[in-house]
Amino acid sequence: MLVSGKLVNQRRTEGPSKLPSRLSASPSIRFALLRAGRASRRYSLGWGWWNRLLVCAAALVLSGAYAFVGRAQDRAVTYAPADIRYGAQIYAAQCAACHGANGTQIGGVDLGGGQLRRASSDQDLRAVLANGIPGTAMPPFRLDPSEVTAIVAYIRNMRNFDSHAGNLGDANRGRAWFEGAGGCTSCHRVNGKGPRVAPDLSEIGALRSADFLQRKLLDANGTMLPVNRSVRAVTKDGKVINGRRLNEDTYSVQLIDDQEHLLSLDKANLREYTVLTTSTMPSYKDKMSEQETADLIAYLLTLKGLR
Amino acid sequence: MKIYRASVVCLTLLFPAALGAQVSSERLLRAADEPQNWLTYSGTYLSQRYSPLKQIDAANVKNLELKWAFQAQSLQKFETTPLVVDGIMYLTQSPNDVVALDAKTGRVFWVYHYATAPESRPCCGIVNRGVAILGDTLFMATVDAHLVAIDAKNGHAIWNNKLADAAAGYAMTLAPLVVKDKVIVGVAGGEYGIRGFIAAYEAHSGKEAWRFNTVPSPGEPGHETWKGDDWKHGSAAVWLTGSYDPDLNLTYWGTGNPGPDWNPGQRPGDNLYSDCVVALDPDTGKLKWYFQFTPNDPYDYDSVQIPVLADMDWNGSPRKLMLWGNRNGFFYVLDRTTGKFLNGAPFVKVNWASGLDAKGRPIPTPQPAGKPTFPGIQGGTNWYSPSYSPRTGLFYLSTWENYSTVFTGVDVDYREGLRYTGGANAAPIPGADNPVGQRSSPVNTYTEALGRGAVIALDPHTAKRKWTFDMHDVNVSGILTTASDLLFSGGREGYFQALDARTGALLWKVNLGGEIIAGPISYEVDGKQYVSIASGNGLFVFGPRDGAN
Repeated sequence: MLVSGKLVNQRRTEGPSKLPSRLSASPSIRFALLRAGRASRRYSLGWGWWNRLLVCAAALVLSGAYAFVGRAQDRAVTYAPADIRYGAQIYAAQCAACHGANGTQIGGVDLGGGQLRRASSDQDLRAVLANGIPGTAMPPFRLDPSEVTAIVAYIRNMRNFDSHAGNLGDANRGRAWFEGAGGCTSCHRVNGKGPRVAPDLSEIGALRSADFLQRKLLDANGTMLPVNRSVRAVTKDGKVINGRRLNEDTYSVQLIDDQEHLLSLDKANLREYTVLTTSTMPSYKDKMSEQETADLIAYLLTLKGLR
Repeated sequence: MKIYRASVVCLTLLFPAALGAQVSSERLLRAADEPQNWLTYSGTYLSQRYSPLKQIDAANVKNLELKWAFQAQSLQKFETTPLVVDGIMYLTQSPNDVVALDAKTGRVFWVYHYATAPESRPCCGIVNRGVAILGDTLFMATVDAHLVAIDAKNGHAIWNNKLADAAAGYAMTLAPLVVKDKVIVGVAGGEYGIRGFIAAYEAHSGKEAWRFNTVPSPGEPGHETWKGDDWKHGSAAVWLTGSYDPDLNLTYWGTGNPGPDWNPGQRPGDNLYSDCVVALDPDTGKLKWYFQFTPNDPYDYDSVQIPVLADMDWNGSPRKLMLWGNRNGFFYVLDRTTGKFLNGAPFVKVNWASGLDAKGRPIPTPQPAGKPTFPGIQGGTNWYSPSYSPRTGLFYLSTWENYSTVFTGVDVDYREGLRYTGGANAAPIPGADNPVGQRSSPVNTYTEALGRGAVIALDPHTAKRKWTFDMHDVNVSGILTTASDLLFSGGREGYFQALDARTGALLWKVNLGGEIIAGPISYEVDGKQYVSIASGNGLFVFGPRDGAN
């Protein structure tokens, strides 16, 4: 069942007695209800189109979409908003210490993005919760069936749990704007096309929540991850290097320069080294209509990379 | 008589190890007199992680080369500190294997494999930090809360004692401490609402000699710092190895956070003996004194750090001191005879307390809801071994600089075997996670805004920094100092580096490619000094380049 609009703004009155007051007041709880509705909508809109893609073997190009359909059979089509909220509370108490608030804290695992080492279906998730993963830090949890259901529901929705309200937009229109009026492809690369100056966005829909993508468009500087910072280095013999940081440690920095060369620089050999805190990406605040923003995010969320 | 002597000589030649490897309690007392060996987790009972060896020095450290490496058969975090006894190294690999190998070549004599119970659930990784030795017996504490005695010659179990219920969250990750004829350990599980304890077991039988509950029972002193039944799940876990002062006959242990970790409102009171150092009689387990660093702790500031014991002049007269860089961001100097607070000051940015009062009790300044608390959830330092050099008189510490967390307490019900942490904590930067556990990104994505690592040198008299060695990523490594005034340390970046212990200047580094989350040691075989460190899933041993000096 889809969530009705009036639920979106409903304050929590039922549910577990010990929900923290700060958590219950958070707008993120309310947005979760919307998210559940959105998730369903994405599934229902996607079927016919993705099936055609599969028939055409175009899944290679947009194989994230293939994974999306494949997983749909292993997942509940909708997750009850109450379960999602309950699951958020259990997640914070039982899971967040290791997996982090965003579910990305353990290397190679992104709970919200569905990137799991030992589980793909909801049934797998339940088994991992019950049994743990021997040989790893994942312990078994003694949980009631209703709690397991809630955690699974939350994990399946956590990536969009605190994103902003608004319509999902049209991915096809978003793609057109991305490749046309938006000019995004002059810096970003998607599925093998475009320059490498800015981060490759082929997987961005798997890596980032809708909320993050929206904030990114409106405030490129504030949302820039340190790993992507632009750096400027001047070697002792005067050579100027501009690029995007890929890695850094106490003694060295690894980057891709504006000529798309991979460079590793020893800091001891630099005359000057600056990490820029401003993004080379422009802010799109007041430059895009609400509909264009929604469309673009819808497109970006289809970019799931090769799985 | 002559025949008798000759046969002794023959036996000695045939079985040099059999006669030479007996690690008596006398040898443990005088571990500093045999710097070629590394006989306890922290080197000696004083836990200074200081080696009197000086063959490797500032002049030749640049010539260090890899002598051998050991690859652990495990992808868990590798936190082991090996022991070295007369040329034999004993180390542990996850979950609870003991490996005996040639300390000169790294070739393995035997591996003891302990099958851990499937219900075992250590909070933060299936790790083990090392073994203890007495006589020809090794002692290992397991992640399913057993204490196992193992024959040091053949790797076979001698006894196996279950100390607590792993399904309820009890675990052990520390290296035991042998004092006289007893093996002393503590239990982890502070995220599961356990009731912590430190206990001693007879080395020959495994029989429990005494148990000190780190959360006192009704009627025991300290119980009045808990309300109602809160004490039953008060945690105060003990997950690092203690120290021992033979003259005072006191053993010192740090205790962990009270449970639930981040919701102090659910456990009003000082919550003794959480976040304390306790001084116990090693023969009876009787409490001589305690000092609490963080009463009613809301921030998970475990005080399990290694108690570093040092004797030095204090205001003109010699004094027996304890030096402590606490996870709560304060550095402390205590009198280890009485537990009296002598000096203390923050060693990193701190805003949860405005300072310490005359007795060393913090003056709390809780931050408003949603505002970051310094230091953050992993602390200004954590469990990584510090070092004290009696030559420089400086205390060396791995730190997280300018690092914070937004803490939120959440009410939680206790259920056996489930987490009992009571918190929903976050990094102060939207979209960033707190840097816990393994890195999930090639660059230290989080630390640019959340703080970075350093090795610092503190003068105990002033509690001020003598020098700081800044790192890009956070620092989770233990520290070793040597009599040649070298300091060895690692870090999350995977570099193993040698600094000048007096100035902090970088003298040598090597990229080992994996997070260094263990403490270095030094030892000597056949007159050659070695330094070893675990990085990633390997143990790497360095020595002076052959033919060079």
